[in-house]
Amino acid sequence: MPVWLIRLIVVFAAFGLLEIACRSGWIDAYTMPPPSLMLVYAWQVLASGRMTEDILLTLQNVGAAFVFAVVIGFLVGVLLHRWPRLRRAVDPLLASYYAVPVFIFYPLFIVIFGLNNWPLIAIGFLFAVVAMVINTLNGFDRVPRVFFKTARVQGFSRPAEVWFITLPAAAPYLFTGVKLCVAYAFIGVVAGEFILAGAGLGYEIAFAYNNFDNRTMYGLMVFLLVFVTVVNMALHVWERKLHARRSRGG
Amino acid sequence: MSDSAALHASETARVEPQAHVEVQGITRVYPPVAGNPAVHALGPLDLTLRQGEFFSVVGPSGCGKSTLLDVVAGLAAPSEGTVRFEGKPVAGQVPEGIGVVFQEDASFPWLTVYDNVAFGLRRQGVNRGDLAARVDYAVEFMGLKDFARAYPAQLSGGMRQRVCIARTLVLKPRLLLLDEPFGALDQQTRLLMGDEVLRLWRETGATIMLITHALDEAAMLSDRVGVMSSRPGRFIEVLETGWPRERDSRIVSEEAFGRITSRLWSLLREESLAAIGGRGAKA
Repeated sequence: MPVWLIRLIVVFAAFGLLEIACRSGWIDAYTMPPPSLMLVYAWQVLASGRMTEDILLTLQNVGAAFVFAVVIGFLVGVLLHRWPRLRRAVDPLLASYYAVPVFIFYPLFIVIFGLNNWPLIAIGFLFAVVAMVINTLNGFDRVPRVFFKTARVQGFSRPAEVWFITLPAAAPYLFTGVKLCVAYAFIGVVAGEFILAGAGLGYEIAFAYNNFDNRTMYGLMVFLLVFVTVVNMALHVWERKLHARRSRGG
Repeated sequence: MSDSAALHASETARVEPQAHVEVQGITRVYPPVAGNPAVHALGPLDLTLRQGEFFSVVGPSGCGKSTLLDVVAGLAAPSEGTVRFEGKPVAGQVPEGIGVVFQEDASFPWLTVYDNVAFGLRRQGVNRGDLAARVDYAVEFMGLKDFARAYPAQLSGGMRQRVCIARTLVLKPRLLLLDEPFGALDQQTRLLMGDEVLRLWRETGATIMLITHALDEAAMLSDRVGVMSSRPGRFIEVLETGWPRERDSRIVSEEAFGRITSRLWSLLREESLAAIGGRGAKA
């Protein structure tokens, strides 16, 4: 049986079990509507257009956090790779970075940036940036030394070597960093909207929750879940293709 | 041919009138690092490569064979001494006309075989028509025509090494340095690759310096074989094989091949024991 079929069966089985649990009354309808109804709610919320502004705002904040994380994470990765002593000094900090709950800085960011989108972008950025740093370092570490020797034999300048050899050789790992940045930027921004924001998908889900508006809450949750999963799976497929092309045979 | 193949020895490589590469008094000393003492890896060493010859270097592990190749190529600077290629000093960078094939797989996994071979030419700005003709020739010469659109990951180790040779060949090197290029391949593939290299050598007229740990490979392929001592590596003998230019891997069944290989081993055994700090060294 092909892997994709097993994957589909797992997804539909989980979906079906939840559907049965909700329809048969094991889970009461007020706590959780059946997944099929959630999809209907999602469609209704989207079709009404009342959430379009929030969705666009969240995507805009996620996009900004993502771009900053990728660009700055990449540049920091390059700097650390070029400066091994600094790298040795900060390595333990990078390794323990994800133990830090970056959300505790939210009040600080509000003080610094004010009550606007920037504190959310900063949270998303902080959540994502280290994934890019680590994957940039990982990618550069894995470029075989013989490639650099080849570049020297072929008379490459240093910038040409970076552009034509280092970057393409490290590309699959850089792409992994980019993929993780998408996921972390989403988590950071949406979670930030939950805590303290006046608009955005996270805020609307929290608002619906506080007002017992299950239709909107589940509708938005399903939309967000499907959207992030589709984006991440598309990137995952692309990433696998990049790696598969390079995995050495015998 | 083998019966007439002579086995000559000389104390050092001699300076010939048609010297292609002249190495004079080079040493390579690695400075002390983190409390470890300096390492004298190579030399002092003299070597002259004649125009168009096939010269192999054998020696015990860690004797500085690859360091010698790096210095000749211009990939590493000698601590002392000079290297001249076609009369000009090699200093700081790899001169035009030198090609190197390394032991490690250096084919670029993100490029097809064709693009790997075309890589250096594109960087040199060679016009499209000339580029296509030269790449097609190199790809066909190395038996890769049917794999031109394949990626290296789809090829065997031997095929990937052919890609690296083709990528070097296409730049028309006048001096080809081979750093144990068949080291990772099985014995049969190595013999066949040896035939390919001999064919390449005859057709291009390039001078070849091969670094190898395989004595049979050195004995089969070379006009001369330089035998290095344990570290710091110096030439303790340079053997002339006396093989005719038209030769292939079938000479391994010749009597002279056995004599050459045997002579190489008798020279190297003591050095190899010394290199591993073994008993009976210099016994």
